[in-house]
Amino acid sequence: MSTITAAERVAIARHPQRPNVCDFIDGLFTDFFECKGDRLCGEDAAILGGVARFHGQSVTVIGTRKGKTLEENLKCNFGMPNPEGYRKALRLMRQAEKFRRPVITLIDTSGAYPGLEAEARGQGEAIARNLMEMSRLTVPVVAIITGEGNSGGALALGVANRVLMLENAVYAILSPEGFASILWKDASRSAEACEMMKLTAPDLMHLGVIDDIIPEPEGGAHTAPLQAIRQVDRALRRHLSSLSKESGAALAADRYQKFRKMGAAASQKEEL
Amino acid sequence: MNSIFAKRRARLLAMKAIRDNYVPGDKLVTCPKCGQESERKAVAEGLSVCPHCGYHWPIGGYYRLSTILDPGSFRELNAKYPAADPLSFPGYRGKLTAAQHRTGLNEAAVTATGSIDGHKCVVGVLDSRFFMGSMSAAVGEKITLAIEYAAKNKLPLIIFSASGGARMQEGILSLMQMAKTSAALARLSDKGVLYISVLTDPTTGGVTASFASLGDIILAEPGALIGFAGPRVIQQTIGETLPEGFQRAEYQEEHGFVDAVVPRAQMRETLARLLMLHEKGGRA
Repeated sequence: MSTITAAERVAIARHPQRPNVCDFIDGLFTDFFECKGDRLCGEDAAILGGVARFHGQSVTVIGTRKGKTLEENLKCNFGMPNPEGYRKALRLMRQAEKFRRPVITLIDTSGAYPGLEAEARGQGEAIARNLMEMSRLTVPVVAIITGEGNSGGALALGVANRVLMLENAVYAILSPEGFASILWKDASRSAEACEMMKLTAPDLMHLGVIDDIIPEPEGGAHTAPLQAIRQVDRALRRHLSSLSKESGAALAADRYQKFRKMGAAASQKEEL
Repeated sequence: MNSIFAKRRARLLAMKAIRDNYVPGDKLVTCPKCGQESERKAVAEGLSVCPHCGYHWPIGGYYRLSTILDPGSFRELNAKYPAADPLSFPGYRGKLTAAQHRTGLNEAAVTATGSIDGHKCVVGVLDSRFFMGSMSAAVGEKITLAIEYAAKNKLPLIIFSASGGARMQEGILSLMQMAKTSAALARLSDKGVLYISVLTDPTTGGVTASFASLGDIILAEPGALIGFAGPRVIQQTIGETLPEGFQRAEYQEEHGFVDAVVPRAQMRETLARLLMLHEKGGRA
């Protein structure tokens, strides 16, 4: 698998048959009850959330949703959330805090929606608020990047105690196309960008941005979805069971320290 | 003895501020908004605001601090914190050095303690002349250290944002600074410390989607562009021209994301009043 290039991983991460949030919810949980709406002004289908059971334990599940058919894609805005989606996610996280259940997020988004209405309703504020509030939750939070995790739109569900990535998932500041067009004014150089961006799971593990890599079947998760979901199940059980031994205060403190270190070490290393 | 040091500090900030406020070009400067020409000296003396239309030119970090802080109160925090190239990105190191020579800054953020009309506080400023004020790991770290300093010493925090968003060359580590700074602000807030966020032109991307949007009080300079996605990206996405004034400070005030639009000339007194209002006191 080590011969796979970053650009090839991006293609696998975006494969139309790759298991999506609904497949993961079906395969990992039982009794899923979907909760809709942000209780402020709307419902955003690009983020799916609710309560479910995971091996007998109640959990809050929140994930970005792209949809598989064109009709679903349109309904879910191709997985690009509006502020209502992030505010719904925050509402559900606060509910998880109240009922002392772990939060599991499933991330697969090309980013927050860059639209006029999204801006008018405070896309930036909605993401910022989630980052702040997620950092101080006192229940276990596990984030799993299942496909592509781009920009603040992905991070808004990613301030977790454990950040896991499927082997071929990618996590980056923005899409390689966007990166190439900003840096070189040429979106066609995206393959080149992929290599430089350090967006693959092994790269991010090395940088300390993620905590674990979940193996995928040869060729990618779409070749054997059930096998991929079983691997996710195994990893999630392991991480949840170790986190459940910690107190609420310790969970919040660990999460703080985890993100506190990012970039600081890299900067200080230069000083030596 | 103390007064000698205070005088030295005042002189140091004044010197850095003069360098920052140097407007290049001829005797006359042309306002990018109204197109009218003004005496360069008059603009510099008028806080870099167009005397005809009130356009606010972007200003440098040290100059900004000199317009806000009491003379002699400025003490820079982590002045020598180094810029870094965490992903060993091709060509980045050279660009950083060039930006450092051009601006006299180490990185895009300047942080300091000082006082405003006698009220002690911690102030951070992003400088748009350095990589468009974008969020590097060093910027995130300096801002976080300033937040932690404010929390530890229970001093009110003021951050002037100006940012094009993420620092592309630092990739995912730039993104992680959003979580880091926001988490530090959660701790500051839990300690009951005031945080005032001031949005200046332009505040976009990852900075808008983190510490800039999390103030107890949010102020903005007139006409500042404030948003998550930039106008060009939005226009490409929706395929329509954007309405006049979209994402400007006044638009954000109207849409509920800014407490007040405050002209540069009134910023110092506004901040002083807000700091006073958040101090304990009186005999109710």
